[in-house]
Amino acid sequence: MEDDSFDLAGRSHRSGGSSLLRRDFIRLLGGGIIVLFNTDLSELLGQESRTRGYPTDFNAFLRIAGDGRVTIYSGKIEMGQGIVTSLAQMAAEELGVSLDSIDMVLGDTGLCPFDAGTYGSMSTRFFGPPLRGAAAEAKAVLLTLASERLGAPVESLRAEEGVVFLASDRTKRVTFGALANGQKIVRKLEGKAVTKSVADFRVMGRAEKRRDARAKVTGKAQFTGDIRLPGMLYATILRPPAHGAALKSVDTSAAAKLPGVVVVHEGGMVAVLHEDPEAAGKALALVKAEFDVPPPPFDDRTVFAHLQSVAGTGEEREKKGDLAEGEKASASLFTGEYRNGYGAHAAMETHTALARFEDGTMTVWASTQTPFPNQQAIAQALGIARESVRVITPFVGGGFGGKSGGGLQAIEAAKLAKATGRPVQVSWSRAEEFFLDSFRPAAVVKVRSGIDGGGKVCLWDYQVYAAGSRSSEQFYDVPHNLIRSYGRWGADTPKMHLFATGPWRAPGANINVFARESQIDTMAAKARIDPLEFRLNNTSDRRMRAVLEAVAAKFGWKKGAGPSGRGVGVACGIDAGTYVALMAEAKTDAATGSVKVIRLVAAQDMGFVVNPDGARMQMEGCLMMGLGYALSEEVRFSGGRILTKSFDTYELPRFSGMPALETVLVKNDELAPQGGGEPALVPVGAVLANAIFDATGARLFEMPITAGRVKEALAAARKPA
Amino acid sequence: MKESVSFRLNGKPIRLEVDSDRTLLWVLRTELGLTGTKYGCGESLCGACTVVVGKEAVRSCRLPVKVVRGKEVTTIEGLEKDGKLHPLQEAFADTGGLQCGFCTPGMIMNAYALLLKNPKPTRGQIQAGMEDNLCRCAAHHRIVEAIERASHVAGGK
Repeated sequence: MEDDSFDLAGRSHRSGGSSLLRRDFIRLLGGGIIVLFNTDLSELLGQESRTRGYPTDFNAFLRIAGDGRVTIYSGKIEMGQGIVTSLAQMAAEELGVSLDSIDMVLGDTGLCPFDAGTYGSMSTRFFGPPLRGAAAEAKAVLLTLASERLGAPVESLRAEEGVVFLASDRTKRVTFGALANGQKIVRKLEGKAVTKSVADFRVMGRAEKRRDARAKVTGKAQFTGDIRLPGMLYATILRPPAHGAALKSVDTSAAAKLPGVVVVHEGGMVAVLHEDPEAAGKALALVKAEFDVPPPPFDDRTVFAHLQSVAGTGEEREKKGDLAEGEKASASLFTGEYRNGYGAHAAMETHTALARFEDGTMTVWASTQTPFPNQQAIAQALGIARESVRVITPFVGGGFGGKSGGGLQAIEAAKLAKATGRPVQVSWSRAEEFFLDSFRPAAVVKVRSGIDGGGKVCLWDYQVYAAGSRSSEQFYDVPHNLIRSYGRWGADTPKMHLFATGPWRAPGANINVFARESQIDTMAAKARIDPLEFRLNNTSDRRMRAVLEAVAAKFGWKKGAGPSGRGVGVACGIDAGTYVALMAEAKTDAATGSVKVIRLVAAQDMGFVVNPDGARMQMEGCLMMGLGYALSEEVRFSGGRILTKSFDTYELPRFSGMPALETVLVKNDELAPQGGGEPALVPVGAVLANAIFDATGARLFEMPITAGRVKEALAAARKPA
Repeated sequence: MKESVSFRLNGKPIRLEVDSDRTLLWVLRTELGLTGTKYGCGESLCGACTVVVGKEAVRSCRLPVKVVRGKEVTTIEGLEKDGKLHPLQEAFADTGGLQCGFCTPGMIMNAYALLLKNPKPTRGQIQAGMEDNLCRCAAHHRIVEAIERASHVAGGK
């Protein structure tokens, strides 16, 4: 590749230092109209930006160039969630330009201001409003310039398709490009700009095709591993057989004898490199290494007891009323312990990085959700200044939270590039991906609850271990409610887990909703009340009632207490500001324990919907992906040894498992756009557990709900209580 | 050991001096610079590396390049003709049969072979034929819809 860098628009840029102050950005950009804005809600931006040498008062900007092109610069990245389309729609709407005239420069620490990363279904929610404000601000600048140029007051002007014209005479016109050409106007968006109201939207709210689709269907879309540099080496790295293992001895002499092989043994890393990745792999196989492997302290069966034993004192997340009072008011009491094993992200693109060290600058292309934190980590690992590291993020082949970690592969590539003096690509094998992934932590939830004689929930005593409390918030009207979180996610200690853990699409929410909605279902069945009716009887939350009613209407829910033998289920939840309710129909084979999902229907209130097609795509992806965590995906391990190494044992959803899917977007245009990338995933485990219960009377307490666990639950249900 | 390997690639004859035990996947991605074909697992389990040899969809990650000697190999780069997308490519883009896009070339090539053999497949035949191609973004429904749509347009031609 000739160009020393590129962006998602496929254009090249000259390389430069990494930490850029405002004047550097402006110089780098040349002329035009530039609006700086801040998309971050927290104080974090100011602090982190300062320590990183980036501007503290903005973290994204928009520029209109002399050729009329509009470019949005942001540290966010595109990993399939579709922001190259939805963010462009927002800017196009406010500016009055066609979608085609907008480019995105994403995830490049050399061209974009600081951004913490892309996760948490936050891009549209938190990036959207200031982006629209910045676009509106830019349009105001353009209108003022046009007013001078056309000799007409601003009020008499309109802007459409990148042209400002007199409302009374469309022939009196000037293009955005002509207005921006030769200018050097920099504005900072302060507070809220006046943006369009929903009634005036023309681009937002319209179903748009993915703007990255053409590149992706032709094979031209470049992912990190697709970038090739002259003289580049592919690296394979010696891995221990288990986490916690110590290298006793290593002999690389046989590998080093092979032609073209470069061996690096430095700082605990043993790597074998070659211009041909397969030759590198073959040479690595010749490396003789001995490790001390500590005895396994726990495994995938005993981990749940372990987590509870080390979780320490919990934190109260919600408290209302008094549990003893709730117990007294209860006609029936229920206890449930719900479990979920470790989960892998298993993105189709493994962690990949390409590093080049040239003229004192380390440039690293990386598949990451967090380019700026990676930049920092690389600088630290190499002991060089952050300004000397530039991280560029091409298209990312799936993230799901798994590429928001420490940037290990990027650090490895950078170290090896420095050691060899040649560009180095590190692309983890699938087995390395399963070994080094930051798994969704295994977790336990214990619930003690009660209902009164009228079927009202009057007690809720909820304890979650290792998952954190996301989506455990109480939306049922429970007078005596206590929610406690132990060893919350993100604050775990080494003794809690034997390997890396991290966010996995809607971190913690999937197990929390599985536990809550399973428990609710158990109580509804005991009260002999239809599970939908039971939920509606117990919540006055209007948004929740609306999605429950919407999903029931679409599904054609017929009233009946469970277990009805029909195999239908309902579950609901709140995540990332979005309300979602699911209904499912599933067939359970009592002989084999296998579950076939026939139909999944979701109703979602996500506030105003920017791109309905994109939103449905995310919902469908959530539902289908959810089948995996609910039914089949499980990381097996014994101590630090990861037994799950590939897709033969880590079973992702497949075409044969496709249920009929239906999605309903519940209109709530008055509310600003809420999260869309995760919410519909969150109740999938629960809705299937509830459908299985409805079919068989057997309650499943552990995900994934494998055939073996279904058979065990069926056997337990048959035993007299 | 390097030896000469000749085959047809995307309609054009090609001759390489390579170690013929190397896999087609990495010969495509390195020697030939065709990076549309992806590494996903290296064990024929995910389908990201799918190319078409003759009329068969094959997993290039386990296929020694010598096996395609004298054969016709089609990769994702070979489907677009004179700047015009293949009906399958059009359909994947139009229906949104992709998200992150990493599995997409393999999906399209597997579907291409499917339609070569069975130009008008039923929905069930499409599901069965695509079973071993994995999509982590879980765009399965739109992928099936895209293949159905393409089969109506052109029967895979």
